[in-house]
Amino acid sequence: MNYYAYFVAVGVMLLGVVGIATSRSLVHAVVCLSVAQSGTYVLLIAVGFQYGGVAPIFGGQVGRTTAVVDPVVQALALTDIVVSAAVTSMLLALVIQIAKRHQAIDPDRLGRLEG
Amino acid sequence: MTRRIRLVVLVVGIVAFAAAMSLAFTGMPHFGGDIHAYRDAAVSGTYAHDTANVVSSINFDQRGFDTFGEETILFCTVVGVAALLRPVHRERRREVSDAGLVLESTGLLVYVLFPLTIVLGVNVVAHGAVTPGGGFQGGVILSTGIHLLYVGGRYSLLRKLRPLVWFQQGEALGVVLFGALGIAGAALGSALFANVIPQGQLSDFISSGTVPLFNIAVGMTVCSSVIVLLASFLDQTLAIRADAGNDSVRKPRSGFEEGSAS
Repeated sequence: MNYYAYFVAVGVMLLGVVGIATSRSLVHAVVCLSVAQSGTYVLLIAVGFQYGGVAPIFGGQVGRTTAVVDPVVQALALTDIVVSAAVTSMLLALVIQIAKRHQAIDPDRLGRLEG
Repeated sequence: MTRRIRLVVLVVGIVAFAAAMSLAFTGMPHFGGDIHAYRDAAVSGTYAHDTANVVSSINFDQRGFDTFGEETILFCTVVGVAALLRPVHRERRREVSDAGLVLESTGLLVYVLFPLTIVLGVNVVAHGAVTPGGGFQGGVILSTGIHLLYVGGRYSLLRKLRPLVWFQQGEALGVVLFGALGIAGAALGSALFANVIPQGQLSDFISSGTVPLFNIAVGMTVCSSVIVLLASFLDQTLAIRADAGNDSVRKPRSGFEEGSAS
């Protein structure tokens, strides 16, 4: 039970990896990459969690000595989300170009290398 | 590599990875424990600068240079997507009509939600140092609000209300502003991205020094980036069409269109 959240994180990530490996469409593969990356959000937030900790926003009842959850990993998760969005949009643009060039987005039908 | 071999390799890899991760997790501190060394350091740093939102303080005060890198990633992505999605050889841009059925209830909902979303976005950006939120979140809300117009079925209205040139410049301006604030920290204070403005009272609207300014810069960049990105994709879907002369073997009569497109 102590490591439950960590295993959920790895499970989500592996689900995304399996999706990429068995993918029949590049759009599906890009979405699976986002799923795999979502596992890292779960891991980051799980690492910073503390039982009884509150959100790290000061004021009112939350003061310097109040137990808060780790804000550093939350900031990292925010960075993670921004990078994920950037990567997804870039990959989708590439998929559009591939679809235009080869009239196919099934990775198994895109075997030929072009120089 | 056939599909079968690929699956075998995948299963072997997953088993090895799962074993390694299980080993690593059993060595980690317990979930939900109260030992967080970085948390303690970040909290005392945030308190020293009278910032209410610790996450904002970390992003824009304590590790401002990292956030600058993050913003640059976003900027470069927009440039890359714009380069990839421009109309290429043998493509032309067609005029998009506003045809299509939009339910009246959808239209009404858009009219109600459009101003509300914009106000909410501005609010989230402005209070980034005090309440949950900040430039990244507020920027995304703002750009979503503008794209509600498209949900309401009016692409021409969206194009009128969203002069793309403004947002391309707004994006660059946000990045420049962010960098300038960082350099101002170096010029007036001790280090790059130092918080040089007096921080005021904790939880006041005007508090925490440079953090709100950074939030505004990031809000500009994120809002403009998302708008330019979605504009590229929408343009690709709605306006850009392959020339009828693409397959000249199949359609021999397309010489006229090819001539008019160039």
